[in-house]
Amino acid sequence: MEFIISILAGILFAAGIYNILQKQLLRIAIGTGLISHAAHLFILTMGKLKRGQPPIIQEGITQYTDPLPHALILTSIVISFGVTSVVLVLAYRTVNENATDNMEQLRGSEHE
Amino acid sequence: MLFAVLAPLIIAFFIPFLAKSKEKLHTGLFTLFVPLLIFIYFVRFVQIDFEPVKQVYKWIPSLHINFDFYLDGLSLLFVLLISGIGTLIVLYSIYYLERSEKLGHFYVYLLMFMTAMLGVVLSDNVFVLYTFWELTSISSFLLIGYWHMKERSRYGALKSMLITIFGGLSMLGGLIMLSVITETTSIQLMIERADLVIENKYVPLILILILLGAFTKSAQFPFHIWLPDAMEAPTPVSAYLHSATMVKAGLYLVARFFPLFHTYDLFVILVSVFGIMTLCWASYMAVRQTDLKAILAYSTVSQLGLIMAMLGFGTNVAIFAAVFHILNHATFKGSLFMVAGIIDVQTGTRDIRKLGGLYTFLPITGTLALFGSFSMAGVPLPFLNGFYSKELFFESTLSLQTGIYDFFLAIVPYLAIFGSIFTFVYSMYFFFGLFGKKKAHAMNNKQTVKEAPLGMLISPAILVIGVIVIGLFPNVFNKSFLTHAATSIQQTAAIDSIQFWHGFSTPFIMSLVVVIIGALLAYTRTTWEKVYDYVPGTLSFNRLYDYSIHALDSYSRKTTKFYMTGSVRTYMSIILGVLFIVSFIFMYETDGFTISFSDLSDITVLEIVVVIAIIVAAIGTIFSNHNVAAILILGITGYGVAILFVLYRAPDLALTQLVIETITVTLFLLCFYHFPRLQKRNETKRNIATNLFISVGFGLLMTMIAISALSSTWFDKISDYFIETSLPIGGGKNIVNVILVDMRGIDTLFEIAVLGLAGLAVFSLIKLRHDKEAK
Repeated sequence: MEFIISILAGILFAAGIYNILQKQLLRIAIGTGLISHAAHLFILTMGKLKRGQPPIIQEGITQYTDPLPHALILTSIVISFGVTSVVLVLAYRTVNENATDNMEQLRGSEHE
Repeated sequence: MLFAVLAPLIIAFFIPFLAKSKEKLHTGLFTLFVPLLIFIYFVRFVQIDFEPVKQVYKWIPSLHINFDFYLDGLSLLFVLLISGIGTLIVLYSIYYLERSEKLGHFYVYLLMFMTAMLGVVLSDNVFVLYTFWELTSISSFLLIGYWHMKERSRYGALKSMLITIFGGLSMLGGLIMLSVITETTSIQLMIERADLVIENKYVPLILILILLGAFTKSAQFPFHIWLPDAMEAPTPVSAYLHSATMVKAGLYLVARFFPLFHTYDLFVILVSVFGIMTLCWASYMAVRQTDLKAILAYSTVSQLGLIMAMLGFGTNVAIFAAVFHILNHATFKGSLFMVAGIIDVQTGTRDIRKLGGLYTFLPITGTLALFGSFSMAGVPLPFLNGFYSKELFFESTLSLQTGIYDFFLAIVPYLAIFGSIFTFVYSMYFFFGLFGKKKAHAMNNKQTVKEAPLGMLISPAILVIGVIVIGLFPNVFNKSFLTHAATSIQQTAAIDSIQFWHGFSTPFIMSLVVVIIGALLAYTRTTWEKVYDYVPGTLSFNRLYDYSIHALDSYSRKTTKFYMTGSVRTYMSIILGVLFIVSFIFMYETDGFTISFSDLSDITVLEIVVVIAIIVAAIGTIFSNHNVAAILILGITGYGVAILFVLYRAPDLALTQLVIETITVTLFLLCFYHFPRLQKRNETKRNIATNLFISVGFGLLMTMIAISALSSTWFDKISDYFIETSLPIGGGKNIVNVILVDMRGIDTLFEIAVLGLAGLAVFSLIKLRHDKEAK
């Protein structure tokens, strides 16, 4: 199963990057969202999957899943929410100001 | 001593406040007492039985970087020059600078320089020395560019900084190597361990690096080109930094490290050859200049070369003469710069071709210039100090220690005479060009020229009195002052008494030759001036400098343009390309391509279903051409990931993911209305291929890394520690929570800070729009 999740993470990364390479701002925002999902799964698989009970201490249980990736991912989820929201609002403002969401047109010219 | 060094910097903090009332009281008056008090503090040390003083103030003891102040004879000479000339300069500047100028800036820079320069000559710690050294470069940059509205000022400032900081960095390299070899940061200890250095195989490199620092700072050929351009600074600055003190820092450095290197032949050769070359070239070039300050600048360069050469010769006489000449040069050149400043202010020009016959109008200034320039020329008169050191210089060229190449040994006296003849010529050119008979096409409005105000004359007058007093009673300064300076460079370099008359010895004959030929050449200058069209002709190091600056500029612009295209695709390609190469090399090196199928968890149908759903949704975002659809499909992937978290027994993650995903989708939906509709991706096949290549490549790479991480175990997991200690140390049963708030509390704190900042950014991005609409 770890391999399958690894491949899933890879596909999510690929889809995310493909979206980022598009010209429209909304697609770029979607791409960042996909990449953060991919990163979370990526970290999760590294700690191996389904090796025990949820990491909440109960008497009589000695085998827990690896809590460290969970902690890292928890931090990451919150941070990526922050990033996604800033990207989104920034994109929204850009569209408002420049009346275009096309990256090619937003590049500016040589003679600015 | 720490206070004495830092006092100017401390006072500098108050200058901006004082400068506000400059209309009532010139800011310079406040500043005046600073160098004066420092001078009085240090002049107490001048006595016959002077002993070096060492004071240590801790700064960064763990790195052996401390304010180790070491005051020996050499430092004392420089400290007195810095504070003494500094006082006169501040006094002079009060009359030189109009009140309408930005006086606050000027005096802040000047005081900053004073601290820096005092620090350079007093620090025994090489790294502290380097810090102060660069500070002098920076304050020099600011002072040259003081009249920043002038294009030439900016050019000169930039040039001086680029050249001196290039040298400074080289020097730092040398100093680091020295401190590694000798295992100390103290110069005095390094000198004690000189054998270690001389035996080291890197000594030529160290030597060249350190000398680069000294040569650039002291404007030695071919780095001298920055000094004439530095003359765009206000005249007090030129007199102070670019003649009396800062440019002598290079000499100081060579003198300071003299005991360390003097047994090493390359040091002797490099220093004396570059010194002599500078002396000859710059004195030759000085005669060609038409700007008063440019003449003085080249003359300074040549005098610096002379002192440098003597430090290279390293004989007792030479060392003593070098120290003596440092003092003498400061007096006569300082006064001449001030004279040039007076003429500039009173006549409105510095072009020697337009000036002439000024003696009638400026008798006092003229008299001061007479003493200054004749002393510089080395005219054999008993009341001119320049002659004494010049004669000692000739003497030192005749008694060179053997071991240097014989050829060089033979030509040095002739080169010395050549340099001195031109020194004589430009001194005469300077004096008679200004105060001699009126030229045909000189300025006409001479009637308006008046003698300078008294205050402006005090400082050059004091320096000229110095010239005469040192000339008449050289031995007063010998035992108590010069001897200490000379012996701190070389133990045996003391001279019993400095005498004017040696009989018809070779040095005196050399002096006579210089005066006679010099006078002839000076008189007939106009007839042989054409020689400058052939040598140097149009060749110059300035052109090389300009060319390299220009080339550097355009090359970096091209490079930046190459990768800063403004296209996300280019950036992605570069980032991912680098990532590919680095990871590939790393995985190859660490055997990362092995895949181990052991110890994997089982595959269930439910998981497969979720995984397929996520994959379909992820790819669906690419093809969806409708805003809401795309956002909802993104939501599916998010919820799918949440379900995976549940399956993989991560309840905290699943909860957080569900909440966050809901908020994100809501946010997207709130915004979507404002976005233009997603359009069909009408891209060229080639673009699609590139995008596919990049994204699929990256996906593959990440999969590979994940699998490789699974397949190799380098060390035990650290997670067991958290599982074991969660309850006893953290007091919580939820291990993930304990990790977040106890074990990695600060990390979480910063996470909250980041989220807060993101919130602020979002808020201000929206708020900004409202403000604008309100208007």
